[in-house]
Amino acid sequence: MESSSNRLFSARDLIGFAVLIAIIFVVLPIALDGFRLNLFGKYLTYAFVAVGLVLCWGMGGILSLGQGVFFGLGGYCMAMFLKLEASTPENTSIQSTPGIPDFMDWNQLTALPAWWEPFNSLFITLIAVILVPVVFAFIIGVAMFRRRVGGVYFAIITQAFAAILTILIIGQQGFTGGVNGITDLRTLKGWDIRSEEAKEILYFVNGGLLIVCLVIAQYVRKSKLGRLLIAMRDQEDRVRFSGYDVASFKIFIFCLGAAFAAVGGAMFTLQVGFMSPTLVGIVPSIEMVIFCAVGGRLSILGAVYGALLVNWAKTSLSESFPELWLLGLGGLFIAVVMVFPNGLAGVYAEHVEPRLMALLGKSKAAAPDSAANETPAE
Amino acid sequence: MNVHNPNFLLMVEGLTVSFDGFKAVNDLSFYVEPNECRVIIGPNGAGKTTVLDLICGRTKATSGSVNFKGRELLSMREDQIVHAGVGRKFQTPSVYEDLTVFENLELSYPKGHSVFGALTFRRDDKVKTRIKEIAETIFLEDLLNDKAAYLSHGQKQWLEIGMLLIQDPELLMLDEPVAGMSVAERKKTAELLNRIIQDRSVIVIEHDMGFVADIATRVTVLHQGKTLSEGSMERVQNDPKVIEVYLGH
Repeated sequence: MESSSNRLFSARDLIGFAVLIAIIFVVLPIALDGFRLNLFGKYLTYAFVAVGLVLCWGMGGILSLGQGVFFGLGGYCMAMFLKLEASTPENTSIQSTPGIPDFMDWNQLTALPAWWEPFNSLFITLIAVILVPVVFAFIIGVAMFRRRVGGVYFAIITQAFAAILTILIIGQQGFTGGVNGITDLRTLKGWDIRSEEAKEILYFVNGGLLIVCLVIAQYVRKSKLGRLLIAMRDQEDRVRFSGYDVASFKIFIFCLGAAFAAVGGAMFTLQVGFMSPTLVGIVPSIEMVIFCAVGGRLSILGAVYGALLVNWAKTSLSESFPELWLLGLGGLFIAVVMVFPNGLAGVYAEHVEPRLMALLGKSKAAAPDSAANETPAE
Repeated sequence: MNVHNPNFLLMVEGLTVSFDGFKAVNDLSFYVEPNECRVIIGPNGAGKTTVLDLICGRTKATSGSVNFKGRELLSMREDQIVHAGVGRKFQTPSVYEDLTVFENLELSYPKGHSVFGALTFRRDDKVKTRIKEIAETIFLEDLLNDKAAYLSHGQKQWLEIGMLLIQDPELLMLDEPVAGMSVAERKKTAELLNRIIQDRSVIVIEHDMGFVADIATRVTVLHQGKTLSEGSMERVQNDPKVIEVYLGH
């Protein structure tokens, strides 16, 4: 075990990654029509957030109820670039000030605000997509973790940030598009993102980026830093008095989670074609935690399935019974907490996998080595 | 006051901490020599654990000075104090229950303590050899791959001692290392402690007088945050003040 847990991928991890890659790149594209595939692409953007939450919350014990902030910041950065590209003087010739985004014109702005200017460049935008949320997470992290704010207090404060950002976006309508968000996005460097084949390509780009994030998460999980996160969750003082600056590790993992969420947000904007404050606030942030909890807060792959399943259920249920969805979501969360605290990944490891192994005729000795890191800490 | 006297590894001077006006440690001074084993005894609430908390930075002092090898510890962060060479064992065993014994020891190995260092840390042969070595010292060599949660109380205490040993601190602070142990475990622990205190300074808080007599170079008796008596075990045991407040009952 000493040697096997030192490897980046155990046999079990490899199978898990292979199955997920097959589902994302083969099964779903074959099984779903263009419209549904785009929907699943949207669900997968939430998986980025859920994977980040596994590292922060599941492993590190840092519960953030404000991941929507980073998802939103990443998404807004992307949307600002696309909006500027869509707002050519020709396209906006009926406005009193042509060449600026439509919502600015409606709000009597006569020139593009200076802080929008950098988003004329795709290169700067792509950097900003990651950098803006990470810098923001870094500031929150330094302010909170250096002061040893943790647990429930940290969760509440992140929730407050989600509320603040929503209010700020809605209030500053002329600069942000307000409650409608930034809509009517058309092209990326002249490439029409609304077309069927663009959506299909974006789905695969999204899937590829998700796998990249998963590999990074796997590396962190398997490094000494991953074991430190678990140690910090259980005995923070012991870690501190073993010579570690606990705050810097918390800041790091919180920033990494924010970066993942930001990539998801940017891909959301590209695939869905808009970004709005309804994706930033308290409710979506809590939903993101539920995706992670349902998938299994200790399993990065589980988090992806959690995001897919809950969102798929949300779409199906709210298509037929819109008023029941919130009740269903609440019930699901209670069920996860009460009945299966390790989520889908826990159910799989406890019930499905042993039977699968028995079916395949493998002995129990070959069973999971990663289980050591995947037992819950209540 | 902050001039380092090479005769002493640790100089505690005028140490005071006040919790809402209550002085848990009040103008306390003591000096620890290299390779000395200092035992702190005293009745409940005397401020023994608080003294260790102040030295390792867990509690911030109101005033005074803690000078370790010429460096003022009171202005340093906990992890910096550890890197300066001070190790601390807590009263209740603090081990990482979800990790294996091997991983517990590995996290205490003095390498890769920055974020980047932890991400790039390699479990090389040197690390493995050192961990095996320590595991033998603390009687856990056969349990390296077991989760710490499955260890007995005494084994957890040993593991935590091992986690400190692997750091190789110059000053080791142990808070009731034999409390809650069976007679057999206690004997083994005494043997272990006797071995590991040889080449470093140790401050131990302990109630077991037989054990104290066995290991102590010098004993400090604390009472209401102040030194009541200090000296050899014999001297302290015959001090009428000590008999009055502590050993008498």
